[in-house]
Amino acid sequence: MASVLEARNLNKSFGAVTAAADINVRVEQDSVVGLIGSNGAGKTTFINMVTGYLKPTSGSIHYLERDITGLSPRVVTGLGICRSFQIPQLFNTLSVHDNLMVGVGVAARSSRAADSARGSEEQQVEGLIERFNLAGYRGQAAGLLPEGVRKLLDIAMAVAGQPKVLLLDEPTSGVSADEKFRLMDMVMEALKVQGVTVLFVEHDMDIVSRYTHRVLAFYEGRIIADGEPHAVLDDAEVRKYVIGEDLHVQSGRHAQA
Amino acid sequence: MFKDRTSQILLAALVILLVAGPFAPRWAMFLLNVSLSWGVVVLGMMLLMRTGLVSFGQGLYYCLGAYAAGVLHSKYAVSDIAIMLLASIATAGLVAAVLGLLLAKYRDIFFAMLSLAFSMILFGLLVRSSELGSTDGFGLSVSTFAGMALPEGWDRYAVFASAVVATFVSAWAIHRYLNSHLGRLAGAIRDNELRVEYMGASVRRVIHLNYVISAVLAGLGGGLVAITIGHVDPEMAFWTTSGEFVFIAILSGTGNVLAPFLGATIFETVRSYAYEILPNWWQIVLGVTMLLVIMFLPGGLWSIFVRGRKAT
Repeated sequence: MASVLEARNLNKSFGAVTAAADINVRVEQDSVVGLIGSNGAGKTTFINMVTGYLKPTSGSIHYLERDITGLSPRVVTGLGICRSFQIPQLFNTLSVHDNLMVGVGVAARSSRAADSARGSEEQQVEGLIERFNLAGYRGQAAGLLPEGVRKLLDIAMAVAGQPKVLLLDEPTSGVSADEKFRLMDMVMEALKVQGVTVLFVEHDMDIVSRYTHRVLAFYEGRIIADGEPHAVLDDAEVRKYVIGEDLHVQSGRHAQA
Repeated sequence: MFKDRTSQILLAALVILLVAGPFAPRWAMFLLNVSLSWGVVVLGMMLLMRTGLVSFGQGLYYCLGAYAAGVLHSKYAVSDIAIMLLASIATAGLVAAVLGLLLAKYRDIFFAMLSLAFSMILFGLLVRSSELGSTDGFGLSVSTFAGMALPEGWDRYAVFASAVVATFVSAWAIHRYLNSHLGRLAGAIRDNELRVEYMGASVRRVIHLNYVISAVLAGLGGGLVAITIGHVDPEMAFWTTSGEFVFIAILSGTGNVLAPFLGATIFETVRSYAYEILPNWWQIVLGVTMLLVIMFLPGGLWSIFVRGRKAT
């Protein structure tokens, strides 16, 4: 399969702190990749570099064979790489409907709009509201929503941009344990419709093993393991540095804290 | 959801004012004329506030618009209402297009103070230019509209009708704009610039555009006031003038395009009566009015009309 996203020898340091060291990754079209690692391991730095928020100290990032290193978030988003945020970034005084309307409106006016005849903007918004189960909140201001719904809306807004690559930064953080799977089911179901390559940062190994095809384990800015979820989660180094020795990972399917 | 009747109300107001104009007493027509002109300026202010910006320098464009009309009359012997107003719009729009390149980078108090600084520079220049009458300013008059001579005794009405039509067009256009994609983007920028950029839209471009639109409206308002009063002076660029626009904008609220006109009319009326009845205390009357509005109607006067309606 063709690679949609590629990082070559990516390095990033903040003074003496190394946030990314020699990262080489090729991500295949339509795959779902999980990024794991403890806090400060470099997961979000990686996302921030891909989306143009941070400029790598050295190395390059390629998207569909095109060098996108150092482009601004606006340009990167315009090319089809969208992201959601660990802390939802919403338009708090606008209604759920209008939040999505802004996203759909911007995408419809971008250069990518031509190859995606997906109905009127209003229809697209209705489609997103339905797929993300937001109908009950349509007219409410985003600032007044419960945290789980804010998370969903944040992801729906990233999806509104009709991404080819979607980066989700901790989609289930702040969501209660029993709702995590429901949320991820909904997101994955919604994404299946449009054929998106997904990279997501996640701390819950249950989620990682259930939804990903591939896992990248970060430690001190490096990728220490890369491969099938159960292989990575069983890896000795990963268990020591990422998951913690006292956790039991049973054939990559179940973990107990 | 309630039905939005803004367009119908605007159209009704247009017809009523145009028809009632000739029968209205001179003072009422003048008061309304000035109020509508100020309302146009505040309309631009409201657009900026929707974008999350407060300008303390709209007097710059208000004054530029007025002087553009005035200079046409005094230096080039033009006394056509349409040409004068077009000159007001063009001058304000061009200057804003240039200054906007710089101002679109700033937010909050920095945006407010920088815009104030620019208006004070114009004030300083005008005060020092004896050619343009220095602190006294100069007078102007009108005699035609788009080439048609105004019939004897109807010049005041022609000015009034121009203000009414200009108000209608501005308010209607801004109403449409606010309900469009770009209008929603304004609110989005006020709420979260980072997310707007991460959706692929340029925050600076939208702010620049809205700044130019607000300047055009301020210029138009200035031109209208110039032909209404028949006099321009540097006070129009002084910071207290800009402050009054901010005052009216807060008094009005940003809920609807009708709000600035309501606010401006009440402001002018309160000021006129307060000045007549309590010549030494009128500022206190205005201050108390503002205090009451902020305490009881934090969303501005317009929130009287949306109370009880569910937010949509």
